Amino acid sequence: MKLYCLSGHPTLPCNVLKFKSTTIMLDCGLDMTSTLNFLPLPLVQSPRLSNLPGWSLKDGNAFLDKELKECSGHVFVDSVPEFCLPETELIDLSTVDVILISNYHCMMALPYITEHTGFTGTVYATEPTMQIGRLLMEELVNFIERVPKAQSASLWKNKDVQRLLPSPLKDAVEVSTWRRCYTMQEVNSALSKIQLVGYSQKIELFGAVQVTPLSSGYALGSSNWIIQSHYEKVSYVSGSSLLTTHPQPMDQASLKNSDVLVLTGLTQIPTANPDGMVGEFCSNLALTVRNGGNVLVPCYPSGVIYDLLECLYQYIDSAGLSNIPFYFISPVANSSLEFSQIFAEWLCHNKQSKVYLPEPPFPHAELIQTNKLKHYPSIHGDFSNDFRQPCVVFTGHPSLRFGDVVHFMELWGKSSLNTVIFTEPDFSYLEALAPYQPLAMKCTYCPIDTRLNFIQVSKLLKEVQPLHVVCPEQYTQPPPAQSHRMDLMIDCQPPAMSYRRAEVLALPFKRRYEKIEIMPELADSLVPMEIKPGISLATVSAVLHTKDNKHVLQPPPRPAQPPSSKKRKRVSEDVPDCKVLKPLLSGSIPVEQFVQTLEKHGFSDIKVEDTAKGHIVLLQEAETLIQIEEDSTHIICDNDETLRVRLRDLVLRFLQKF
Amino acid sequence: MGVEAFSVAWDRSEESLECSLQQHLRGTAVLIMDPECARLLPALCAVLADPRQLVADDTCLEKLLDWFKTVMETECSLHLLQDHPCLMELLSHVLKPQDISPRVLSFVLRLVGIFAAQEDCFQYLQQGELLLGLFGETGALSWAAWNMPSVRSGWIQGLCSLAQHPSALHFLADSGAVDTIFALQGDPSLFVASAASQLLVHILALAMQGGASGSSISEAAAWPVCAQKIVNHVEESLHSKATPQVTQALNVLTTTFGRCHSPWTGALWGRLSPPVACLFERDPIPAVHSLMDLLLSVARSPVLNFAACGLWEMLAQTLSRLSPTQAGPLALGTLKLQHCPQELRTQAFGVLLQPLACILKATTQAPGPPGLLEGTAGSSLTVDALLSSKSAFVGLLCQTLAHLEELQMLPQCPCPWPQVPLLEATVTILRLCDGSANPSSSVGGRLCGTLGGCVRVQRAALDFLGTLSQGTSPLELVLEVFSVLLKTLESPESSPTVLKKTFQATLRWLQNSHKIPNCSDLSPDALLFLGELFPILQKRLCSPCWEVRDSALEFLTHLIRHWGGQADFKEALHSSEVPTLACQLLQDPESYVRASAVGAAGQLSSRGLQATPTSPENPQAQQGLLMDFMHILSTDSEGFPRRAVLRVFTEWLRDGHADVIRDTEWFVATVLQAVSRDLDWEVRMQGLELAQVFLIQAMGRSSLHCPYTVGLPEATSPSPHPEFLQTLCRLPLFEFAFCALLDCDRPVAQKACDLLLFLRDKTTSCSGPQEAGDSPNSASVEAVLQRWREGEQGQPLGDLEPEAMLAILRSLDLEGLQGKLAKSSDHMEKSPQSLLQDMLATVGILEENEADCY
Repeated sequence: MKLYCLSGHPTLPCNVLKFKSTTIMLDCGLDMTSTLNFLPLPLVQSPRLSNLPGWSLKDGNAFLDKELKECSGHVFVDSVPEFCLPETELIDLSTVDVILISNYHCMMALPYITEHTGFTGTVYATEPTMQIGRLLMEELVNFIERVPKAQSASLWKNKDVQRLLPSPLKDAVEVSTWRRCYTMQEVNSALSKIQLVGYSQKIELFGAVQVTPLSSGYALGSSNWIIQSHYEKVSYVSGSSLLTTHPQPMDQASLKNSDVLVLTGLTQIPTANPDGMVGEFCSNLALTVRNGGNVLVPCYPSGVIYDLLECLYQYIDSAGLSNIPFYFISPVANSSLEFSQIFAEWLCHNKQSKVYLPEPPFPHAELIQTNKLKHYPSIHGDFSNDFRQPCVVFTGHPSLRFGDVVHFMELWGKSSLNTVIFTEPDFSYLEALAPYQPLAMKCTYCPIDTRLNFIQVSKLLKEVQPLHVVCPEQYTQPPPAQSHRMDLMIDCQPPAMSYRRAEVLALPFKRRYEKIEIMPELADSLVPMEIKPGISLATVSAVLHTKDNKHVLQPPPRPAQPPSSKKRKRVSEDVPDCKVLKPLLSGSIPVEQFVQTLEKHGFSDIKVEDTAKGHIVLLQEAETLIQIEEDSTHIICDNDETLRVRLRDLVLRFLQKF
Repeated sequence: MGVEAFSVAWDRSEESLECSLQQHLRGTAVLIMDPECARLLPALCAVLADPRQLVADDTCLEKLLDWFKTVMETECSLHLLQDHPCLMELLSHVLKPQDISPRVLSFVLRLVGIFAAQEDCFQYLQQGELLLGLFGETGALSWAAWNMPSVRSGWIQGLCSLAQHPSALHFLADSGAVDTIFALQGDPSLFVASAASQLLVHILALAMQGGASGSSISEAAAWPVCAQKIVNHVEESLHSKATPQVTQALNVLTTTFGRCHSPWTGALWGRLSPPVACLFERDPIPAVHSLMDLLLSVARSPVLNFAACGLWEMLAQTLSRLSPTQAGPLALGTLKLQHCPQELRTQAFGVLLQPLACILKATTQAPGPPGLLEGTAGSSLTVDALLSSKSAFVGLLCQTLAHLEELQMLPQCPCPWPQVPLLEATVTILRLCDGSANPSSSVGGRLCGTLGGCVRVQRAALDFLGTLSQGTSPLELVLEVFSVLLKTLESPESSPTVLKKTFQATLRWLQNSHKIPNCSDLSPDALLFLGELFPILQKRLCSPCWEVRDSALEFLTHLIRHWGGQADFKEALHSSEVPTLACQLLQDPESYVRASAVGAAGQLSSRGLQATPTSPENPQAQQGLLMDFMHILSTDSEGFPRRAVLRVFTEWLRDGHADVIRDTEWFVATVLQAVSRDLDWEVRMQGLELAQVFLIQAMGRSSLHCPYTVGLPEATSPSPHPEFLQTLCRLPLFEFAFCALLDCDRPVAQKACDLLLFLRDKTTSCSGPQEAGDSPNSASVEAVLQRWREGEQGQPLGDLEPEAMLAILRSLDLEGLQGKLAKSSDHMEKSPQSLLQDMLATVGILEENEADCY
């Protein structure tokens, strides 16, 4: 059993598991932090961005000044943003049988894999994962395609050139494999390969293994996966949460008794408590608005935004913010808000029960109804007519490199009354802000990451007790910035096996059993014999029939009909179809008694030597050697078949036959 | 138990008050067993003796016992028994085996004990074999009801009551009761077991008191037999291998040394200290907590010569043997002792400091602050050992911090107090809790993991940090404190309770940070700190959690109260949005927050720090606040904000707030009008307070309406001007006070009564010789008052002349009313007579039912 690790990002995993005869890809995450090296794509022409000076080497060489621009001491690539794909060379991706998706954030690389690697298999995901995943991809494609950029920088990627660049460009990994965003056509084609599944549904893969999605409590439709055969169980835990937010709670019990538990997608901010951060978010929001400033919340169009809107729903009246407009701007804003209300069966119990009242499960419906929350596909069109300040704007993309957020950063960045509040933990907020410097607007970092923290992981592991834990290497050591925090790492026994990008792990257990069925008529013919109290054995002669990874013992074919009398003469020479069954032996040979028996039968000059595995009885006179080991006995004599048979019979006296 | 004890004590004070009053009135001796009670007693005794009658309520029996005790305090119990043969019948009735309920049995045992407390009555009862029949081996012990803990408890309490004189001692010795008490020490009921131990101590003290004659008392051999028996039993128990027995013996001794301070206790300790010392040699030490209690109890005894009796050595040895968690309370107890040798104090302090010293050692690179580690140098305690269990470590740390906090407040506080290392340790703990510590050692890392986000430790450390503000600390440490306080206030991880404690600690540090004698100004560092604090306070005022908004507002109110007059402070506050936000919270949906916002806005306004002084479109901002408050007072649905408004108004009136003195009459009239309709009694009470402040102020002045009149000093104008009385009628303050006099809530009526008394005293010389009844107007007022008393309170008094008001004021028996109101509303129901009647009434109903059946 092997695990091929294609992504180095612990929360955007992409691993391939080879288990029995199947090849299973676990998640398909796309590392978008690469886009932080690029200049933002402004929706409206930005004189500031277009007038940034080109970057030149120390010696004044300016051959890169078209590709690289400098802003407040940082250098950015002036080109269409590119993404860092999972490894494609480590394993032939056309051999992947299935892809299991755990949540909508972990499928963003899907089009690259399904459309460009010869992949012919099936993708399994829950319905909300697929639908919201589609929205995220649609938004991404839209954000990038609506700001066409003629230039595609490639000079800087040259290894010799890259060496000369300042950090972080200098240290960016595998820049040559970075790719531009996929198209909507590719998205549609990739999504058409998805087969929808429900929690606890058992899916047979070629009869060899069974895969089952379990609720992971992190997002709408998010799942952990169980991959099991009759005797082995691998659990894949990715992006799980034990907090009570909108999704169905995490199913922990089904993870018990795993041989291997692959653990990814823990919280990216292990020191922050989501509740505290939500409080911080609300306080900063209210403070800014009360002072007449605007609040910008860069966010994804689905996920935490539902919880934030719910908190604000409870908070705005008490904070005296009832007259402040909340705008949600995304090409998929409408679909996202509506989808969230129709996936009732994937929601937590409280929200599910609302559906029966009947009420919308999320209170943002009421916010929309009362005109407190308005949503628009983009800043163009209706929005510009309705726009009123001070206000609160939720919009993407959290990297601040594309999407409507770029416009608001440019618009509001100059006033210290305004605040940008970062709630998504995927991007370093300082790096995200770098191309907007100098910036007058206030910045607040309230990352809300509801995924498991290390205390919860340690409780989970104690509860489900897997034999082995496999996780990204980042989880086996404290975070680099807090090297003394020994509590911020996975602590389990035996220690977790860690992996990094482009590594292949041999998982530490061997398959020892396989399930075989016995046909009833064959089972009928068995005659068990008790060899120890409670243990019976029977010999089986059968034909092993294997098809679709299922093994069946069938009765052996009947011996051929006795041939006609004419051929009777030759019968004895014929090798029979079915050999006469030899008895099976069991027991051990007591060496001393055996030697005495040999002596009784006239052998003399017997010498016994102890070996590591057993004994060697030397019959020096007869130049014969009897090697007795735990599971075998060999008689080595020099072509003297009579002697061998005599000795064999003496050995057999000490063994039981059946 | 506690509640009952309280009610009993209360009863007594109530009755004694009544008695003294009666005594005063009649000039005769107190007669508590009044004829009516004496008449009811036989019926009651019959009911109690009748197994068919169920006494429904235990508390009745308790009250009855209390009553008998009170009676016996003044009357001779023998006479009482002889005068009331029904009592004797009841007592002897119990001797016959019947199915009397256990609660009555227990009651009788205790009652007999109360009677037999007087020696002549004791003799009388003993002659009748009653005592032996009840307390002897053939008595209660042989009853089936002995299985009930209440009966065993009654037996013990009865003995405890009767053991007051030498005859009782003989009885106890002869009846074998002492052996039974020994056995009861291990009773499954904790109440019984504890009472048995107490009784042993009581008997021992009685025996020693009786046998106390001259110097022989120090010779244990010469002790009375009964005392010897008890001491021998205790000694045997101390040698026992069973921990419960050891615990019992230790508890008896602890109580003995706690209660008895006669010289014989020295001899007792002399005899029993060796077996106690032996307990320390056992492994594990049995009954550690009881042992520590005993040592401290002995050490607190004023009669022992500790140097001679080896107590200090024993304490020192114990401190070094026990684990840090066990030793903490003992160390604190030792440090609290008055006459403890310095060496032992140092050792005890060292034990107390150990956990903090360990934390400092694990987190500091430098060899460590000598002050804190001196006493603990030899200790083998390491953080590794402490960290083996998180919950135990957290518990120990909280305990240590609480002990140190307690110690610093005491006069016994160790000197020199290691202020600097303690402050360093506390700051380190807080940094470990909020995750901002960055220790390089691996142990430090583990500490971070263990204490990170631990709210319990954080709260304890903040409390202690607040207390540490009293000491003098070097500036760089004060700055550290400010920085850790800011970090905690700022951190999104801080829970509401932690924030509240941080606010409290901050306030204390601001008060004490830079002590300059006779100067309450903030130090420059404190001002810098405030500059950073206000933005954080702004955020906290916007918190979605109402507790946080509330404590932030309270903190702000305190800040302004202390430093609102200081120019630098004003400037720092004004440069922030805090005043605006505080005023916005007057509309908060949470009533507590609104109340706190009222307090804060009131303070801001008092100091001229109101939110919008520069706002051009709102020149009436100040007046606006007064109107806002009036609006809250008349419309807010919750009581807290309304009470807060009245508190602020009263303060404004007292301090002569500009908006109030602009038109005081209008102000008071409006407030009283709103308050008179209020459903909350505290608001009405506060309204009377405001009225009183107004009266006192106005009477000090010669005329309310002519502030510019050149008035003479008070002495020449002792009574108010008639115009002033007119004003009072117009306000209408009189009407308000008269209404309040009839308020259904007693405190309001009391307050109104006080106010009217004050007013009456001040106006005695004001009106002419006119009598109340002379004015037809006053007659109508009287009529209205009468109707009010009868429950029709809707009708107003109408426009009345001051004379009429004064007439009513004089005609009212305010003193009488004051006396009535001083008594609690249920004083009538608490008389012994009513108790007996009640008890009889409940069974009387049964009797009627019985008759119906036949």
